[in-house]
Amino acid sequence: MSVAAITAEGLSKRYRIGELQAGYGTLRDSLARAARRVGHRQHHEKEHIWALEDVSFELGEGEVLGLIGRNGAGKSTLLRVLTRITAPTSGTATIRGRIGSLLEVGTGFHPELTGRENVFLNGAILGMRRREIARKYDDIVEFSGVSRFIDTPVKRYSSGMYVRLAFSVAAFLEPEILLVDEVLAVGDAEFQRRCLGRMEDMGESGRTVVFVSHNLQTIAQLCDRAILLDAGSVVMDGESADVVARYLQSGLGSGSVREWPDDETGPGDRVARLLAARVVEGDGTLAEAADVRRPIGVEITFRVLEGDTPVIPKIKVVDRQGDIAFNAMDTHDRWHGPTAPGVYRATAWIPGNLLNEGLTAIDVELVSLAAPKLLHHAQERSAVSFHVQDPGEGDSARGLFTGQVRGVVRPLLDWDAEGPS
Amino acid sequence: MARLSTDLHPPAVAGPAAREEADRSDRVDRVTLIRPATRWPRLDLRELWAYRELLGILVWRDLKVRYKQSFVGIAWAIFQPALIAVVYTIVFGRFAKFPSSGIDYPVFVFAGLIPWMYFSSALSTGASSLVSNVNLVTKVYFPRLLLPGATVFVPLVDLALGCVVLVFLMWHYDAFPDGVVFVAGAGFVLLAALTALGASLWLSAVNVRYRDVPYAIPVFMQVLPLLSGVPFAIDQAPEKWQWILSLNPMTAVISGWRWAVLDAPEPQWGQVGVGVAVAVLIFLAGLTYFRSSEPRFADTI
Repeated sequence: MSVAAITAEGLSKRYRIGELQAGYGTLRDSLARAARRVGHRQHHEKEHIWALEDVSFELGEGEVLGLIGRNGAGKSTLLRVLTRITAPTSGTATIRGRIGSLLEVGTGFHPELTGRENVFLNGAILGMRRREIARKYDDIVEFSGVSRFIDTPVKRYSSGMYVRLAFSVAAFLEPEILLVDEVLAVGDAEFQRRCLGRMEDMGESGRTVVFVSHNLQTIAQLCDRAILLDAGSVVMDGESADVVARYLQSGLGSGSVREWPDDETGPGDRVARLLAARVVEGDGTLAEAADVRRPIGVEITFRVLEGDTPVIPKIKVVDRQGDIAFNAMDTHDRWHGPTAPGVYRATAWIPGNLLNEGLTAIDVELVSLAAPKLLHHAQERSAVSFHVQDPGEGDSARGLFTGQVRGVVRPLLDWDAEGPS
Repeated sequence: MARLSTDLHPPAVAGPAAREEADRSDRVDRVTLIRPATRWPRLDLRELWAYRELLGILVWRDLKVRYKQSFVGIAWAIFQPALIAVVYTIVFGRFAKFPSSGIDYPVFVFAGLIPWMYFSSALSTGASSLVSNVNLVTKVYFPRLLLPGATVFVPLVDLALGCVVLVFLMWHYDAFPDGVVFVAGAGFVLLAALTALGASLWLSAVNVRYRDVPYAIPVFMQVLPLLSGVPFAIDQAPEKWQWILSLNPMTAVISGWRWAVLDAPEPQWGQVGVGVAVAVLIFLAGLTYFRSSEPRFADTI
């Protein structure tokens, strides 16, 4: 059956600018705004922005589509329109099949209720029938691995347990069409892998999936097809690897500085939080582009809040295809014992003549060793990025070659040679 | 096969087989048409029916949370009206000597208080139902009508607990209903529910936009019991005033309820009719406003 599961035609969504910042107000604000409007009728149009503009696509049954684009590009708005949470300003979409949406893990979880009660509540909110939840209940609890605490109110759960239980309910949702916002960004790595596995199964079992993620690797891995959005419009629609590459090259991603000015809201947990990440040259100045021959530094500023855990800064270098070039953490013995509270700055120097040309994204992480795994306190995907450039002076691994050099890394090797003999 | 549609023009014929199929298709419609909000709101009873199970779960959640620490939950449900009844008895019954249709004042005022408390509780939780469930409204789709809808059911449990105390008072003061007339009490509770739901629909939708609502409600809740005849018998107010007061549906609820459960004088049915008409009007206006602003809730909340 080749009938399209989702057909979107000219979907557009307009917001009033004020609405994006604070949707609600008091009656007084509205009266004041109305009074202003009477005086300045011509400003009326300027108060609107298009979060989504003329988005059209067709998605066949069983296709897995990734939506990418920087923050504010309209990915989430598109998902909210498709899930009927908000109505489009113009355009239509037809969806054939039972829809399941997952914009957040644990939607509607109530802290006072037990794990068991929340499974039923959350399941019903996500669109499952009572009978269906009852049938899957044992599997859900087993998948989550929190069965011992299933009759404890979830307010006493650790954040990891909470997320695992919430995700397990979602993982057993069996819609024909699944719309997923970036929900895999939570939870420990092992659990994320299991969830990704389940999502992959969904794709293979002929389920149609629309998936939003900042994690380009996940997109490239899970999706056959991707749509790149920018400023509410479709920039590119094609095979996911091509779209991911285009996204990384277009410079639409993050820049060379990322700052979280607020201690409270930066990535992290109660042990440590990220404050800033910067890409720097040898002299400490910011670098948008890096000379392939020279070292480049990734400077991580973070705050340790609790003094009883070792906190180790770590980076993950990701190339323009979304492949991991390498992982690296600071192995210096200063991080071996518990890290005293305070602000730290660590810089990882990536040697020259190592990375290949093109856009490189850096995931910044704060971890503790918990053999055989790492315990992540903070994890920011594509926190910063920079372009690696080769000026082509003949002294890099490129030599005098001017074409494309393939490979994740491009080290300058020592060659021994003999001859002619 | 049956193909349901959320379109304005659903298939006209749906035989029993089709209905069974629809029932089995686990509630979400097979074909969903997404399009800009229509100018005229529609009720879409079919969709509401499909979501009946979620309504039940939402009611269950609120009850569960409310009575989680069951002693405190139950104690408050009884203590609140009891305290007010004691104060009213002293101030209005003893000092001011308000008319109570010849029924002992404590049981008279307590009987008036419990439907009033039901209404007050349904209305105040209903008015904030959208804003207090903001995580649901912005993260998942379902007919938003379920949120204020659920709040009408939750305080019925308090009402039932109040009735237990009322029966005790009725026995103590020897005031009993006149036979099976007490069944009519349910009808008046229904009228209170309709009024509360209508007002909640309107207020909850306004509250999404203007957060003034929670400040305004307590003021009305202070004044309204006096205008609804909670501390006095409405039939002993001047005739002209009775008609003005009957514009408030709760007046009919309280006098009707007292007639049903305490054998108080029969309410003037003309006045009850006015109350019912006003309640229906409030409900329809609330429903229309709610449905027409519903597509924007997630954007403005």
